[in-house]
Amino acid sequence: MHTKRTECGFRQTLRSIVHSIIGTSAAGVMIAIATAVLLLSIRTFNPTIQHLLWQATGETLYMVGVAVVLAELIGLPLGIILVVTEKGHVLANALINRILGIVINIGRSVPFIILMVAIIPFTRRVVGTSIGTTAAMVPLTVAAIPFVARLVETALKEVDAGVVEAALAMGASPLQIICKVLIPEALPSLVLGFTITAVNLIGYSAMAGAVGGGGLGDLAVRYGYQRFRGDIMLLTVAVLIVLVQIMQSFGDWAAERLSKK
Amino acid sequence: MIKIRNLTKIFTDGHREVRALDDVDLEINQGEIFGIIGLSGAGKSTLVRCINMLERPQAGVVTVDGTDITSLKGRALRTARQRIGMIFQHFNLLSSRTVFDNVAFPLEITNTPKQEIKTRVLELLELVGLEDRSDSYPAQLSGGQKQRVGIARALANRPQVLLCDEATSALDPETTTAVLDLLQDINRQMGLTILLITHEMPVIQQICDRVAVIEDGSIVENGPVLQVFTAPKTRQARRLVRGVIEIDIPQELLERSANGKQNLLKISFIGASAGKPIMAELMQRFPVTVNILFGRIDQIKDTPFGTLVVELSGDAPALQEAWQFLTQQDLQVEVL
Ligand SMILES: Nc1ncnc2c1ncn2[C@@H]1O[C@H](COP(=O)(O)OP(=O)(O)O)[C@@H](O)[C@H]1O
Ligand SMILES: [Mg+2]
Repeated sequence: MHTKRTECGFRQTLRSIVHSIIGTSAAGVMIAIATAVLLLSIRTFNPTIQHLLWQATGETLYMVGVAVVLAELIGLPLGIILVVTEKGHVLANALINRILGIVINIGRSVPFIILMVAIIPFTRRVVGTSIGTTAAMVPLTVAAIPFVARLVETALKEVDAGVVEAALAMGASPLQIICKVLIPEALPSLVLGFTITAVNLIGYSAMAGAVGGGGLGDLAVRYGYQRFRGDIMLLTVAVLIVLVQIMQSFGDWAAERLSKK
Repeated sequence: MIKIRNLTKIFTDGHREVRALDDVDLEINQGEIFGIIGLSGAGKSTLVRCINMLERPQAGVVTVDGTDITSLKGRALRTARQRIGMIFQHFNLLSSRTVFDNVAFPLEITNTPKQEIKTRVLELLELVGLEDRSDSYPAQLSGGQKQRVGIARALANRPQVLLCDEATSALDPETTTAVLDLLQDINRQMGLTILLITHEMPVIQQICDRVAVIEDGSIVENGPVLQVFTAPKTRQARRLVRGVIEIDIPQELLERSANGKQNLLKISFIGASAGKPIMAELMQRFPVTVNILFGRIDQIKDTPFGTLVVELSGDAPALQEAWQFLTQQDLQVEVL
């Protein structure tokens, strides 16, 4: 009985993932085309190109994966501070709130390509080099931090003020309210925010080629654009589409599972 | 148990000032159920929120069990709050936690050992009749069940006082009665002091011992529920009482009475006198006829409260004697 239920749950899960990947019709058509191109080409392309493609995919996942985790680690506390220092909240502090808000807005208004070049000295100090995949991770992280902070802020603000008030009335400390009320109550939204950040970073990572970061975007530009290999360009775009769809679908599914509302 | 002295709270809303509480004095005794009633915007929520300092008053002192809450800050205030339970109109449960974990929440706040949390939570769920919903999430519960979870949660740290801010206002009348019964049981079993605010008179009528009427941030009337209900002194109290136990006498009857031929009397029986056969005695002893026009029995908390409108007829001396007799009984007589 019990095993049957689990199996059902698992199958349902799989189905819901597949369903949400091909759910929307436009995305479904694109996915279908992308997958067809992918399958056809992997057989027809020579091993060098296959190798390039795999390598670029790896680089993208590596850059985006590390950057999103680091950005979340730093952006989450910043987002929390933004919320709890607001007027009337558990650690109200107008000065900190104002300064942090301004810094985050500045961070968000600098175009990524400029940010990447501007912080080269900082990148060099942190990772010892200013070119390559690892070096590209630094500006990606820096660009994502304010983005994450705002997403976290939005997610935490959705938490019912009455619940925070109830916790205060029970004698909870600000830290307990953050850890036991705000974060758990906002978890589904936080997961969605995490997904959006990852997807956005895939887009940003295409520009990482400018500092020799590699990745799929770079591959598309170097081969597809500069060497007129339209097929390779199409291929990389197909891989990107599949990646983004999988991430978004997984995020949606996880958020749905976590939500008890 | 709770003493409120000269409590004043002013909200500054842009440039406008709202005097939500204006020099409020109130005293709530150990073990009683005290009601505060008033229309929406009267300042009820602000008043309860000042008792656990969710709202800081500009002036005045609130003491709970001898502790001056208004002077506390930080950790000391948090410790004091752990001894004051509170339930809310919209329950304010954590949607991400199960019923069990919601009730466990205040115990986690006080760093109660895990095993102890488990025993205590199960005990509380049994008290509120939700043993079988322990693994449900709030979204899967009805309003009444959610408020039961709220009550269990509020009692977890064995508070001395329970504050209820419109705790039944989001519930239907039947569920309201059930939740009020539960509160009354808890009050009796544990001797818990309950401060209950509401805009619904039947709530006060059902479980409160004493009541204060609040209007525009001031307490305008204050006394035992029976007294405020049967003999409201202020216009505001009368308005609230009307419709709950007041009766509307048809205009035609009043006019007949005004002619002077008949005597139209409203007789209120309170408590034990509601059971006495006073009308029968009246007719046996005096040569008068009693025509009963209206009668009902209400209950105010545990006290029966009867109202009777009668028409007395007979000759003048007999009526006079009958009147004398009635006023000597343990009841209220009023000529309409
Ligand atoms: N945070 C606040 N800021 C400004 N005005 C408020 C605030 N809270 C309450 N008030 C005002 O104080 C008055 C009393 O409100 P409240 O105590 O909520 O009334 P009640 O609970 O009796 O309906 C109302 O006029 C309300 O608008
Ligand atoms: Mg209110």
